[in-house]
Amino acid sequence: MDIISFICSPGVLCQVLVGLSRTVILFIVASGLSLILGVLRIPNIAHGSLYMIGAFLAFSVSKAFGGGITGYWMAILLAPLIVAALSFIAERAIFCRLYEREHIMLFLLTFAFALIFGDLVKLVWGAEYRTVSMPRFFQGSIPIFGLPFPIYNFFLLFMGPLVAIMLWVIVNKTKMGKISRAAAVDREMVGAVGINVSMVFATVFVIGCYLAGLGGALVAPIVNVTLGMDHTLIIEAFLIVIMGGLGNIWGALLGALIFGVTQSLGILIWPQFGIIFPYAAVIVVLSFRPTGLLRSTW
Amino acid sequence: MLSVNAIHTYYGISHILFDVSLTVSKGEVVGLLGRNGAGKSTTMRSIMGLTPPKQGTITFNGQEITGKKAYLLVRDGIAYVPDDRRVFADLTVEDNLEIPFSRSNEWTKERVYDLFPALGEMKSRRAGNLSGGEQQMLTVARALMTGPELLLLDEPTEGLAPLIVRDLEQQILKLRDAGISILLSEQNVKSALKLVNRVYVIDNGRIRFEGTVAELEANEDIKKKYLMV
Ligand SMILES: Nc1ncnc2c1ncn2[C@@H]1O[C@H](COP(=O)(O)OP(=O)(O)OP(=O)(O)O)[C@@H](O)[C@H]1O
Ligand SMILES: [Mg+2]
Repeated sequence: MDIISFICSPGVLCQVLVGLSRTVILFIVASGLSLILGVLRIPNIAHGSLYMIGAFLAFSVSKAFGGGITGYWMAILLAPLIVAALSFIAERAIFCRLYEREHIMLFLLTFAFALIFGDLVKLVWGAEYRTVSMPRFFQGSIPIFGLPFPIYNFFLLFMGPLVAIMLWVIVNKTKMGKISRAAAVDREMVGAVGINVSMVFATVFVIGCYLAGLGGALVAPIVNVTLGMDHTLIIEAFLIVIMGGLGNIWGALLGALIFGVTQSLGILIWPQFGIIFPYAAVIVVLSFRPTGLLRSTW
Repeated sequence: MLSVNAIHTYYGISHILFDVSLTVSKGEVVGLLGRNGAGKSTTMRSIMGLTPPKQGTITFNGQEITGKKAYLLVRDGIAYVPDDRRVFADLTVEDNLEIPFSRSNEWTKERVYDLFPALGEMKSRRAGNLSGGEQQMLTVARALMTGPELLLLDEPTEGLAPLIVRDLEQQILKLRDAGISILLSEQNVKSALKLVNRVYVIDNGRIRFEGTVAELEANEDIKKKYLMV
């Protein structure tokens, strides 16, 4: 088969689209991680756990509202908000005291949190897996290039740019965003012009964690919601952030694109070992650009 | 209005300020003179709550502010211009002026641009790309946006060309005329003496002299020993 016609074949294009919808989840979660890393300088290992909690909450909320489309929308709305509220409590109680500590301390602390959250999830939801039923509205598929493309993936493809634009507006156009960009570089000076940096950091932390919860809620209908879903994701999210440039939101987008698309193409090219392609991509990227593709704020 | 009473400040375990006392009254421009490493910036940082003193007290408008957080001091009316020109480099000039907490609407962007017309012409320029003199103006402008009663100006003329120093001196005088009290640290004794009402000379973390400009001019000993002029 000649390479051009292979790339342009409907199967491949459809697979790329599926890869892109996976990219959306990765981007949403990784951008939250990157935001926290860039502004607060916390390498938050527990970010994956918040994603998992978001997914479990989506399950519970959706059930509480009787499943269906109402349940689904309430889940998308409430699950990330509950995650954000949880993270606000954690930030005010613990993290806000630790910004000055070395990264290794923060790393260990958030790792501890990841373990604690894992056990909490086990306590609350048990060890068996849960499924969030896909509302009828999102069931079915639309033919693209003659192949069926699930409607829910379209929805995800719409959510990705929406989140990216909203983040861009918050970071670049709001006073809050400008303050946090300045504080990421020179926290002391931002305080010395009268800004309560601690509150700004809390807000950024909560927004970042909200994104983890949102990723979890969005992914819930297309995966088994289960303990351990945080592990793979946190590794992928960190690789994406490192590949894109620490703290750079657009880097997270680029990293997620590379990761998601190489993964879906990998599965097509070499089904048993498709999973190694994104990791290979990370290695290639980092060997050419050790500090990531876009400018890191570190 | 500001009164620093016998403060001792440390960086970690190294003892930097010894028993430093000084006062600034309303409407006054007070000089803090000393050579490199004398402790000028440390005094400023101590007042601003960035490196709080371990001993001694600081009061502002009759209230004790020792150890109070910097952002709260800004809200009390103290503004700080650091010696190392820490503009928010990634942001535009305009954004740099929008970040500060504004405690009164006395100082607006327009008024600041009036004072520093050069800044008004580069509102959307990235602050990190400004020249040293422009960055210095921006840090002063940024401090003014908080609407201060007292301005801590740490070596504003450091590394600037003589012509720009002259401009800056004029602007500092305008601030004094606008009723802002100023604590001005300088190595550039000639420039400082044109602006201040009273001076303190600091060396090795200790205040070695305090008095009027005329008294310092007359004191050859102090000038030779601590100021090298
Ligand atoms: N972060 C720090 N850690 C340890 N020592 C410091 C620190 N900053 C300053 N020092 C020391 O404190 C002393 C006083 O420094 P300071 O910056 O206050 O001097 P200065 O009068 O502002 O000098 P300059 O004119 O060079 O700005 C110096 O001996 C300096 O080496
Ligand atoms: Mg200094």
